[in-house]
Amino acid sequence: MKKINRSNILENFHQAKWDEPVVFELSQPGERGILVPEVDKNIKEMFDINDLLPDNLKRKTPLELPEMSQSRVLRHFMRLSQETLGADVNIEIGQGTCTVKYSPKINEMFARNENMTELHPLQDDETVQGILEIMYKLDYYMREISGMEQFTFQPSGGSQAIMAMASLVESYFNDKGEERDEIITTIYSHPSDAAAPALKGYKIIYIQPDENGYPDYEAFKSAVSEKTAAFFIANPEDTGVYNTRVKEFTELVHEKGGLCCYDQANANGLLGVTRAKDAGFDMCFFNLHKTFSTPHGCGGPATGATGVTKELIKYLPKPIIDKKEDGTYYLDYDFSDSKYSVGKIRSFNGVAQVALKAYAWVMSLGAEGLYEVSKVAVLNNNYMFKKMMDNKWIDAPYIKGKQRIEQVRYTIEKYTEETGVTTGDIQRRMMDFGLHYWASHHPYYVPEPITLEPTETPSRADIDQYIDTLLYVMNEGFENPEKVKTAPHSSVCHQLIEDVLDDSENWILSWKIYKKQNNL
Amino acid sequence: MKKIGLIINPIAGLGGSVGLKGTDNLSEKAIALGGKPKAIEKTMNTLMGVDIDEDVVFYTASGEMGESLLKKMNFDYECIYSKDDRSTAVDTYKCAKLFIEKNIDLLVFAGGDGTARDICNAVDENMAVVGIPAGVKVQSAVFAKNPKKASNLINKFLNGKSLLKKCEVIDLDEDMYRNGVIQPKLYGYLNVPYDKKLLQNKKARSPLSEENNQRLIAYDICDNMENGILYIIGPGSTTKAIMDNLNLKNTLIGVDLIFNKKIYKNDVSEKDILDAMDIYEKTYVIVTPIGGQGYVFGRGNQQISEKVINKIEKEDIFIVATETKLVKLINEPLLIDTGSEETNEKLKGYYKVITGYKERRVMKVSD
Repeated sequence: MKKINRSNILENFHQAKWDEPVVFELSQPGERGILVPEVDKNIKEMFDINDLLPDNLKRKTPLELPEMSQSRVLRHFMRLSQETLGADVNIEIGQGTCTVKYSPKINEMFARNENMTELHPLQDDETVQGILEIMYKLDYYMREISGMEQFTFQPSGGSQAIMAMASLVESYFNDKGEERDEIITTIYSHPSDAAAPALKGYKIIYIQPDENGYPDYEAFKSAVSEKTAAFFIANPEDTGVYNTRVKEFTELVHEKGGLCCYDQANANGLLGVTRAKDAGFDMCFFNLHKTFSTPHGCGGPATGATGVTKELIKYLPKPIIDKKEDGTYYLDYDFSDSKYSVGKIRSFNGVAQVALKAYAWVMSLGAEGLYEVSKVAVLNNNYMFKKMMDNKWIDAPYIKGKQRIEQVRYTIEKYTEETGVTTGDIQRRMMDFGLHYWASHHPYYVPEPITLEPTETPSRADIDQYIDTLLYVMNEGFENPEKVKTAPHSSVCHQLIEDVLDDSENWILSWKIYKKQNNL
Repeated sequence: MKKIGLIINPIAGLGGSVGLKGTDNLSEKAIALGGKPKAIEKTMNTLMGVDIDEDVVFYTASGEMGESLLKKMNFDYECIYSKDDRSTAVDTYKCAKLFIEKNIDLLVFAGGDGTARDICNAVDENMAVVGIPAGVKVQSAVFAKNPKKASNLINKFLNGKSLLKKCEVIDLDEDMYRNGVIQPKLYGYLNVPYDKKLLQNKKARSPLSEENNQRLIAYDICDNMENGILYIIGPGSTTKAIMDNLNLKNTLIGVDLIFNKKIYKNDVSEKDILDAMDIYEKTYVIVTPIGGQGYVFGRGNQQISEKVINKIEKEDIFIVATETKLVKLINEPLLIDTGSEETNEKLKGYYKVITGYKERRVMKVSD
């Protein structure tokens, strides 16, 4: 028998590559996947469907859906699914700040259970006690983790949660009759911390990092004033540096009457360690799809669970889930103080399945387990950090010699200068080994950046394999730079000519636009 | 086919090592003192890192101005300008002018601020330019940080992975400089490629170009412009966008005064400014950092002198700058050099630099 002999370093990988058309191109007139049954004869005799629908609700032209059989639909989407590099097929370390962890499949099964899927958000409260109880309890767990006093699960993502926080700030000062038009944030906080308040019309003031990577406190002091409506910050920022002086920042804002809003998208190293309220924040949000494993990105819909202190509860979106004296749960639509509320953030009460999965995850771990999650996430990251920094071509700006929290933004600037191979080249080459790799948000304040976040779920062997692959690719940059620069070679598509993407004139965002542009 | 024009100022940098503070009009003296030319070596370092294929052809001048090096490195080239003896500033100018006729894609030059000035006079904003820093003074923003970074920029340009932005050419008046008077002047602008990766953002509808960024800054300034106040508008392409927004005539490399959104006077001197300030009760200053190192005062805007600044409150100084300019200064302060320690002291501190519409960045200003 032949002995199995594998390289531990590189995983031989070639992505499936189909020349798969757009689904609309596959349409065959008259072909059907489902034959809709005729209306029952008795009903047909009683009603004419055309009479039941008002004229303005009737389409003038038929809906242009692709006409396909079931097997062809299945084949199409199976092929597309093979052309993605999903969380379940690669070692998810490369997407720093995204907190892509392994999400237990059993939690997916809960969400797919018909007890869940057959519910409708418009059902009477009394008939959906189970999910209301779950969301009510999850709210309490979130309060315990953050120190806040009420959560809403309406925002369906981190940026929407930041938008909700900006709206809360606006409502709060409208209520107080104060005109404040400035929001302070830092350049290493997530871009939405500036973008969402800007959309609300606020003036955005950025604070730069000092030589240690902390937001420059002196600069901050000069920026805070009676015009400051709020301070939005992520901590740790994406550099992995935790600002231990953050309470001094929040105190200063409070002295001037402003509010403090905590972007907790980077909370995976902080569960059971620090609390937003204790650091002086008035509100915060957690991404259930990141830290609470529900899962992230294209794995499904998201939730930016947003919590506030007692003073701000009246500004939250409606409804809020509450409990009656008899122990039953209900959706509190009390609008008696609705002049304060920011109103609806989205339809119904958020994505119930996401809340269910987060609840299941928290319950499976308990308080000790959550703390363990953070300890292991920080340990994994600092193991990786040490190993990465042993390579002379890899560096990480700020707080030299100190540890990071749950992620690190590295730089390979010296390596790029030496080889001409950029972080973008390496990113594409890593795809050839079936691994994600993320550089940074734009602009690149850290030159030639790599942002890696191992979370608590990969094993030591996983981390070693990721680093070994990365170092193998970096070494290729010395020996055969062309190979790296022209990557990917075994991925689903060749290297993109980015210039074409930059010009919005070239963008075709829908089949309708394509048809229009080509006179079809 | 990509055409690269190459000009080396072989004497650039000669004066530095022998303490002559520049080499303008003094090359013979520098050589006599033992000054060593560095420009050719630096150009070689840059070109070694450039991905040259059969699609690239060089145009250059004879001898040390480029031909010798290209021959030595075995590159495909055409010599379009001949010079028998040692080259001078005029040769840089003439050769660069010929490049326009040859329709070259990219002009690569090695030298200092003086060389950049000669090239600026010849090609204006007609072509893309990359400067290899080889002179004594390299304050202009047109230079790459070092020869290796110049190779990276050239490669990116050849691969179509860069955008162009207008960068300042500034130079000291060397005769005055040798007598201890620092009088840097803004001479004009060259189009320099920059790594668009620094700013591109695929989530945005389109990447914010330098021009659009300048326009947003102008909207912010103009929306908040007050009547009854004299505005001193410093030189630069960012402040030009403000004047364009107001439909006013602008002096790109000089200072303009406006009042009630109308021109009070263009291209003013220090005296003009002081006279105007005597008439009006309140004055605001709008300036943008000039050059690669981020000088707010003291480089290219000496008309806004120490005397002028001393009559203005710190709160009435508005600094405007685009993201591309500030991204390079991430852990560096903006600088001032008014010539007076007392005035520098007064101006030092933190400023809310206007970087976009309703967008500020708190920057430290120091001397």
